[in-house]
Amino acid sequence: MAALGIGTSGGNWFSALALGVTLLKCLLIPTYHSTDFEVHRNWLAITHSLPISQWYYEATSEWTLDYPPFFAWFEYALSHVAKYFDQEMLNVHNLNYSSSRTLLFQRFSVIFTDALFVYAVHECCKCIDGKKAGRELTEKPKFILSVLLLWNFGLLIVDHIHFQYNGFLSGLMLLSIARFFQKRHMEGAFLFAVLLHLKHIYLYVAPAYGVYLLRSYCFTANKPDGSIRWNSFSFVRLISLGLIVFLVSALSLGPFLALNQLPQVFSRLFPFKRGLCHAYWAPNFWALYSALDKVLSVVGLELKLLDPNKIPKASMTSGLVQQFQHTVLPSVTPLATFICTLIAMLPSVFCLWFKPQGPRGFLRCLILCALSSFMFGWHVHEKAILLAVLPMSLLSVGKAVDASIFLILTTTGHYSLFPLLFTAPELPIKILLMLLFTIYSISSLKTLFRKEKPLFNWMETFYLLGLGPLEVFCEFVFPFTSWNLKYPFIPLLLTSVYCAVGITYAWFKLYVSVLTDPPVGKTKKQ
Amino acid sequence: MEKWYLMTAAVLLGLTVRWTVSLNSYSGAGKPPMFGDYEAQRHWQEITYNLPIKQWYFNSSDNNLQYWGLDYPPLTAYHSFLCAYVAKFINPDWIALHTSRGYESQAHKLFMRATVLIADLLIYIPAVVLYCCCLKEISTKKKIASALCILLYPGLILIDYGHFQYNSVSLGFALWGVLGVSYDWDLLGSLAFCLAINYKQMELYHSLPFFCFLLGKCFKKGLKGKGLVLLIKLACTVVASFILCWLPFFTEREQTLQVLRRLFPVDRGLFEDKVANIWCSVSVFLKIRDILPHHIQIMTSFCFTFLSLLPACIKLTLHPSPKGFRFTLVSCALSFFLFSFQVHEKSILLVSLPVCLVLSEIPFMSTWFLLVSTFSMLPLLLKDELLMPSVVTVMAFFIACATSFSIFGKTSEEELQLKCFSTSVRKYFTCFTFLPRIIQHLFLTSVVTMILLTMMTVTLDPPQKLPDLFSVLVCFVSCLHFLFFLVYFNIIIMWDSKNGRSQKKIN
Repeated sequence: MAALGIGTSGGNWFSALALGVTLLKCLLIPTYHSTDFEVHRNWLAITHSLPISQWYYEATSEWTLDYPPFFAWFEYALSHVAKYFDQEMLNVHNLNYSSSRTLLFQRFSVIFTDALFVYAVHECCKCIDGKKAGRELTEKPKFILSVLLLWNFGLLIVDHIHFQYNGFLSGLMLLSIARFFQKRHMEGAFLFAVLLHLKHIYLYVAPAYGVYLLRSYCFTANKPDGSIRWNSFSFVRLISLGLIVFLVSALSLGPFLALNQLPQVFSRLFPFKRGLCHAYWAPNFWALYSALDKVLSVVGLELKLLDPNKIPKASMTSGLVQQFQHTVLPSVTPLATFICTLIAMLPSVFCLWFKPQGPRGFLRCLILCALSSFMFGWHVHEKAILLAVLPMSLLSVGKAVDASIFLILTTTGHYSLFPLLFTAPELPIKILLMLLFTIYSISSLKTLFRKEKPLFNWMETFYLLGLGPLEVFCEFVFPFTSWNLKYPFIPLLLTSVYCAVGITYAWFKLYVSVLTDPPVGKTKKQ
Repeated sequence: MEKWYLMTAAVLLGLTVRWTVSLNSYSGAGKPPMFGDYEAQRHWQEITYNLPIKQWYFNSSDNNLQYWGLDYPPLTAYHSFLCAYVAKFINPDWIALHTSRGYESQAHKLFMRATVLIADLLIYIPAVVLYCCCLKEISTKKKIASALCILLYPGLILIDYGHFQYNSVSLGFALWGVLGVSYDWDLLGSLAFCLAINYKQMELYHSLPFFCFLLGKCFKKGLKGKGLVLLIKLACTVVASFILCWLPFFTEREQTLQVLRRLFPVDRGLFEDKVANIWCSVSVFLKIRDILPHHIQIMTSFCFTFLSLLPACIKLTLHPSPKGFRFTLVSCALSFFLFSFQVHEKSILLVSLPVCLVLSEIPFMSTWFLLVSTFSMLPLLLKDELLMPSVVTVMAFFIACATSFSIFGKTSEEELQLKCFSTSVRKYFTCFTFLPRIIQHLFLTSVVTMILLTMMTVTLDPPQKLPDLFSVLVCFVSCLHFLFFLVYFNIIIMWDSKNGRSQKKIN
């Protein structure tokens, strides 16, 4: 007690922030949880009660194991604690089981594993240069960054209300980024390899990792103008990197290779049978595309340019159908989305190769990769925006331009998470937390960059303020109108299209700022 | 204020914590036939909506006073009436006469919780924010910190949003009263305080300091000139606001008397359940309730209360100052809680409110008191299945106080406001320098005791012969604390005025 007191009284604001948010997470325990809760309970049961050979074949529940092996092992480890809480939750046939002890265990497992995230944030704060340190604690970049990361709205509602384990996964990613900043490249590469085998969605940012390590770690020197010096290539570094990635992959996939189950594992990991858009459209390019298609088809029908009999019956906007076809515009295939994603990523990767700017450049490329895949990926979840929002926080406290992009991206990205929580008791929580985070992030970054030009122009301000009326319309006005029964999808459609505009804008602005940024050599001359 | 956004963040944080606590269980959830305070409030909505105002406080076939009869002053009744209108609009079943008894559903819970949040948002929270913004002689950062700590005070949150009551309304009005009176808006202040009393009669705990402070102000201005005018104005305000609130009940003598009988049920006994005051604690050794006749009990409790608050009140009348006023509010409310008749465990909130107000002046002692006050309600909170939110909010509050005021560095005599006291004691005992150290040790012992007792209550089964062992222990320990705090606050009040006088002499 006394030690804690001395620790906190010594200005140890970081532990206070971390403890505070942990306590808030504990308060969120009785809130609504989604089917993901049952998903993870089922995985606990599968890994605990079945042999490894059955893990990727078991299909009693519809929520089959579709994460890579390390995550399965993670669930396996958790299940050995779970048995002291409630043995029943570890039964594969006990579908939708959620006793109060199960709830407590699952919620606390997320809260405890978040310790890794807290540590990662702590390490990230060390990488931020404190040159601009204000006189007061609340105006220091480190303080602002830790609030932005620790109290991130998206993580709070996705992990601690909706239920997922993004906290410690994001923690691993942030930690590997921090290791790059600290010039501990091998460690960073190792962490990322582990992360890939925990959740394969991080494959989207793998190009950034690969190119950066090759360009800035394997090549040990540059020419004076910043271009590559081919004879500085270090084979030792390349081989040791390869060895790390190989060993981690062998540890993860080896057992399944031995069991001759790799095809089955991969078919579980990459299910292309799902539709282009998730039940609720993630606010990306395809949402805009589908909305345009919808508008065109309505206009076409009005102008009698389309034959009503030829229009497919399954209306994609109903939000329930996962397989659908576009009416006017060409339908999109997985391959097309894959190519679009690749094309969108390429410039940023080229930029990382030809204009290396150290870890900061890497971070920008990583965010662009994450955003590009979010924009054009197949069956993207709205939650995937966190993949870009969290690393973007690191950039936001550095430069005013980045701060402005961060705020647009974060605010719209977070708002697009609102449909995840649709139950009445959670409505005040999501609005209050969103306001808390948004007001804090905008005001604190404005204070940090008050000497530079304003963060938003009038258009951006107008757009962000528009989110307020949109929320009021979608959740407070629309349910009481007569359209609610006839067109129940309108709020979701509006939300996803409106947010898609903001996220596309932020993606575009970030791309422009990366591509037009002068290379390191030139800035040094200035 | 250049840091308005941090203040907004503090308020939003307070609101978030309030709402998350409200997701938990409430008093008497699923416990027929009597249920709990939640059902009481719902029942009052039913009664006030369906019966004519003349029958609200009377026993009848439609209004069984044995089943949560209305026993709060008219403003509470009006508030219930207002809520009932909204309830009727949403779902008439919630307040249907007779048939709605014991009504429970998720939607209804949501509605009831929302009414608390709205009342809180309209009355208590603005008062807290304004009070902290008006604090003098401290930095903006400290103002925001104290607002955050006051808004996170777990006792009030747990009782209002967990157990279910509308304390934030009466406490909020009282706080508006304090604000008004402290900044020389005497008439508005007294109006706000009258509203507080008319919302909950327990606000009478605060009435004496208000009375003495205002009277002292009048004396200071001279009873023959401006003072008299002010006194008359104040009297008119008070009488007018009371008449307005009670208007429907003044039509008949019997109405007024019945309401008063309902408000002050003197025949209900010295104390109820387990409460951390003197009478309950003494009863552990000596069954006062059985030994002494009823009227003597009333007399004894009256005498003790009166004597214990007399010195502070006299001081305040003679030397009225906003600071003295706040401390007198604490000591008077504490005296009432410890010694008066028919005290509920929840009444400790009436002491906590003024303690919150002195949080920035004596952070160490205030934090300690506020922790103890929450601890003293442990048996009640456990009965309502609020263990988890209680532990979490208490820890959050402690962290907030410890970080924003660095309380552990603030235990010197000066920061405890005991400088004058120690100096005067040192005239007789020169070696009296160990006070801060003793207080630090006492704090540690007290925290350890509270943690141990909480853990024992939660995990152990009490022996069969003494089923109430732990709750009695909790009350007894809290009572000892409160006695200690009563002495402490009285010392501050007594020596503070001396300090003021000596400073004047120096000037």
